[in-house]
Amino acid sequence: MIKFLLEKLGVLSLTFLGVSILSFSLIRFVPGDPVLLLLGERGASPELYAKMKKDMGLDKPLVSQYGQFVGNVLQGDFGTSVVSKQPVTEEFLDRFPATLELGITALTFAIIFGIPFGIFAAIYRNKFPDYTIMGVALIGYSMPIFWWGLVLILIFSVTLGLTPVAGRLSVMFDIEHVTGFMLIDTLLSPEDKWPAFLDALKHLILPAIAMGTIPLAVIARMTRSSMLEVISEDYMRTAKAKGLSRFKVVAIHGLRNALIPVVTIIGLMFGSIITGAILTETIFSWPGIGKWMVASVTARDYPVIQGGILFIAGMIIIINLLIDVMYIVVNPKMRG
Amino acid sequence: MEDAVALKNNDKTNLKPVISEDSPPSALSEFWYFFKQNKGAVAGGWIMVLFILIAILAPLLAPHDPAEVYSNVLRQAPFWSSDYASGFYLGSDDVGRDVLSRLIHGARVSLGIGFFVVCISSVAGIIFGLIAGYFGGIIDTVIMRVVDIFMALPSILLAIVVVSVLGPNLINTILAVAIVAIPGFVRLVRASVLQEKKKQYVVASKSFGAGHFRLLILNILPNCIAPLVVQATLGFSSAILDAAALGFLGLGAQPPTPEWGTMLADARPFIESNPWLVTLPGICILVVVLSFNLLGDGLRDALDPRLKK
Repeated sequence: MIKFLLEKLGVLSLTFLGVSILSFSLIRFVPGDPVLLLLGERGASPELYAKMKKDMGLDKPLVSQYGQFVGNVLQGDFGTSVVSKQPVTEEFLDRFPATLELGITALTFAIIFGIPFGIFAAIYRNKFPDYTIMGVALIGYSMPIFWWGLVLILIFSVTLGLTPVAGRLSVMFDIEHVTGFMLIDTLLSPEDKWPAFLDALKHLILPAIAMGTIPLAVIARMTRSSMLEVISEDYMRTAKAKGLSRFKVVAIHGLRNALIPVVTIIGLMFGSIITGAILTETIFSWPGIGKWMVASVTARDYPVIQGGILFIAGMIIIINLLIDVMYIVVNPKMRG
Repeated sequence: MEDAVALKNNDKTNLKPVISEDSPPSALSEFWYFFKQNKGAVAGGWIMVLFILIAILAPLLAPHDPAEVYSNVLRQAPFWSSDYASGFYLGSDDVGRDVLSRLIHGARVSLGIGFFVVCISSVAGIIFGLIAGYFGGIIDTVIMRVVDIFMALPSILLAIVVVSVLGPNLINTILAVAIVAIPGFVRLVRASVLQEKKKQYVVASKSFGAGHFRLLILNILPNCIAPLVVQATLGFSSAILDAAALGFLGLGAQPPTPEWGTMLADARPFIESNPWLVTLPGICILVVVLSFNLLGDGLRDALDPRLKK
């Protein structure tokens, strides 16, 4: 098992190294001179140009540029944003809790609805509830979520006036950022505790639904097929033959075994959560890393793009490693 | 039981009639038998055909030129509205272009993107997947590590980064989405090759002196086609979704190209006053993507021998 983990760790560090080369080469692929691009054609006096080039390290050979880049990254220095002049690390840490809060809420929504729907469909296999649930799940799976978000806004914000259109909290509340999670921070604040909490919840609900729709569909489909496989197993028949109630057979004997692949899928969903964040945050003006990345691409803020890619890839790689570890812990066959 | 009797009776005389009467159905008719049982997949197929026809016949079907600006009819109401007055069945957009014509031509753009993306990514994926799976060793390791690197990034993020380097337009959208889709094809083809190359027909062909090229292209590749067809169908839908998302973010096709995602983004400011401008392009994207997913699911079920009873 240790050997397996070490191998895995080796492969993953190699992957991360590859991502770092990819994100480093990125700025060099940009057509035209990156220094001119950052300075703007007009503002580039020869002295300023030379200074900028030196500051960016572009006057040195490529390999030593890359070495410096990796060295800086290992020390936690991901460069400075061209637009805001803030360190990229700081900008990332400012925005990450917002994305995390949204992502966790969306995933919770997807799990709470996805797993029961999947079980329900499996129990009523090839009957009306199955067709309905799987039909809706396929629609959810095919949903362009940037449009879905707008439709939700159209229905719940514009027509019914139930939820706000954008942001995390109304401006009238002045909440201190302790954890970065708005739901927790509002509860920690000395005044306006509950109104602020409700307000934060109202802001969160639509983006979470928009972002959770595709994961919900995937989880429901996965739970159904995994449950169907389990239902035909011998131990399920035994459980039924023992005279256990239908609920016990499904919930205790079936679900426990059916959930293993579902849990794996949920873990692997982190990537699609980021994808969802990019689109959802743009629609709902949610101040997280998705909106940040889109804004930096639009503004051609290359240090931020570079740093953001490294952060996101690093997180996904670490999460994949954690899933592998969890798999070994859960499944005794893998321990070897 | 009857077959066994028939076989036994004919055994002594002649085997031929048994074979011709009871020979297994051809692969195609067997596939069709399973496929047509899946009503959703058949419906998906028909919707897809409809949209392909719309895309091909767009100039004939569209009542107006999609880029033509009628500056006297800004944001006209569609036919179901009580304010409907003009000849613009689905209304006109914020600069006075016919929405219906733009949607019809949008089918051309979106399906075109899907087509080129699937072509580019499947060809590249097949080449790298075949090489990695067949030769193995260091080549395999290198190819798969590069695939891992691309897989470590969420697809849409990778696509917007590629576009940020190349610049936003229709061609670069196709390139970006295609690059993002390649790793999936590489993995799939490699896995099939690894399974196939151990089989006896490959070993037999090799022992007859078949070269690498013959083995790869004529022997192994045709037997990897089934999962590839499924992946290509599903790839079509995710390509259309990704491209529309890029368009929506302003990083894809640029106005006045009648791309559905771009149309959505343009209509966003009018979501309160003219909601249909936002609703219609989204429904088009959803229906097309849904039809490809239905078809892909049906193809997978019909082509996957494990699911057949």
